[in-house]
Amino acid sequence: MAKTIAQEFTKGLWKEIPPFRLVLGLCPVLAVTKTVENGIGMGLATTFVLVCSNILVSSLRNVIPPKVRIACFIIIIATFVTVVELVMQAYTYPLFLKLGIFIPLIVVNCIVLGRSEAFASKNGIVASFADGLGIGIGFTLSLAALGAVRELFGNGTLTIWESSIKIFGPSFQPFTFMIEAPGAFICLGLMLCVMNMAGE
Amino acid sequence: MREMIKMIVVLTILSSFSGGLLAAIRNGTKDKIEVQQLTFVKGPAIMAILDGASNDPIVDRFKIEDQGVERNFFIGVFDGKAASVAFEGSGKGFGGDIGIMVGVNTSDDNIVGVGITTHSETPGVGSKAKTDPDFTAQFKDKPLKGAFQVKSDGGQVDALSGATVTSRGVSVALTDAGAVYQRLKPQIVEKLKAFK
Repeated sequence: MAKTIAQEFTKGLWKEIPPFRLVLGLCPVLAVTKTVENGIGMGLATTFVLVCSNILVSSLRNVIPPKVRIACFIIIIATFVTVVELVMQAYTYPLFLKLGIFIPLIVVNCIVLGRSEAFASKNGIVASFADGLGIGIGFTLSLAALGAVRELFGNGTLTIWESSIKIFGPSFQPFTFMIEAPGAFICLGLMLCVMNMAGE
Repeated sequence: MREMIKMIVVLTILSSFSGGLLAAIRNGTKDKIEVQQLTFVKGPAIMAILDGASNDPIVDRFKIEDQGVERNFFIGVFDGKAASVAFEGSGKGFGGDIGIMVGVNTSDDNIVGVGITTHSETPGVGSKAKTDPDFTAQFKDKPLKGAFQVKSDGGQVDALSGATVTSRGVSVALTDAGAVYQRLKPQIVEKLKAFK
């Protein structure tokens, strides 16, 4: 194998950071990043599913018949997503209420299926683990960054673990536009632009 | 042919393994999830009704099987006596079912408080049933039995202005709750004794 394990891990953090470089998984990126906290919660849930499904797909890659591989991947991914859903309901119920339908929708997140198909089904367990973890953390960081920008300008606060910190003084007028849907598109577009400029 | 059998076998094993795992996790988290839902969805209404109770009504709850459905009863301890319980009822409103939580004192059968838990009534009109404390406060200290009816139907309930259907829904829910309470009272009293 040409790449080392460390390279597999770090590529997810910058070179192939999912929403910005691969432009994948945009649905949760746009929908849940109203606050930093939502972004991080969503990102961690996705990371867990990614790592677990990558490991399992990779370890079963010689057993799964090629013709039904997508069906097998979906079963594996859906299982872990349901696990996350149940665990979140049991331990972080307020966050579960905020993320709502987007937790079960991780099943059809193209990042998760994409990594299973493009990477885990062709590589070893350790490399797949590193790949899943890297991409997952990259995804979490992207969501947190987008959530931070939107919450900061849209609400003037930053929320982490239920405690909200006011960043601007009382005279600050929040751009409520930023926490609505169009703000998500514009904000993501601007961040893509900055990332592209930095990458050149 | 061999390939086809392999496909079937792999998919079957994978699915049954997944089903087993999920069933195990569901069993493990079931109680925890129930507590969480009670705390965050029904908790506020229970706390408002059993305000000033010296215990935690969400922890001190019991179930009674009633005509095929399990009902949750939340115990409120006042002045060192576990005499009050809160439980749920529902009635048809303008936009769908209205869920209510009603608290009752078992020593005199009077209502301790009424709260609206879930509803899909018109915001600003029917939704006042939940937000306007005067509406639910009128039921306080009334006996929980017999029919509750709005004044325009010949009853004694003050309807919300412009939201007669909602007020009727709440009245029906209370009437049903009264019937449930009368039916289950012996069992409720029994459970409360066991709690002490």
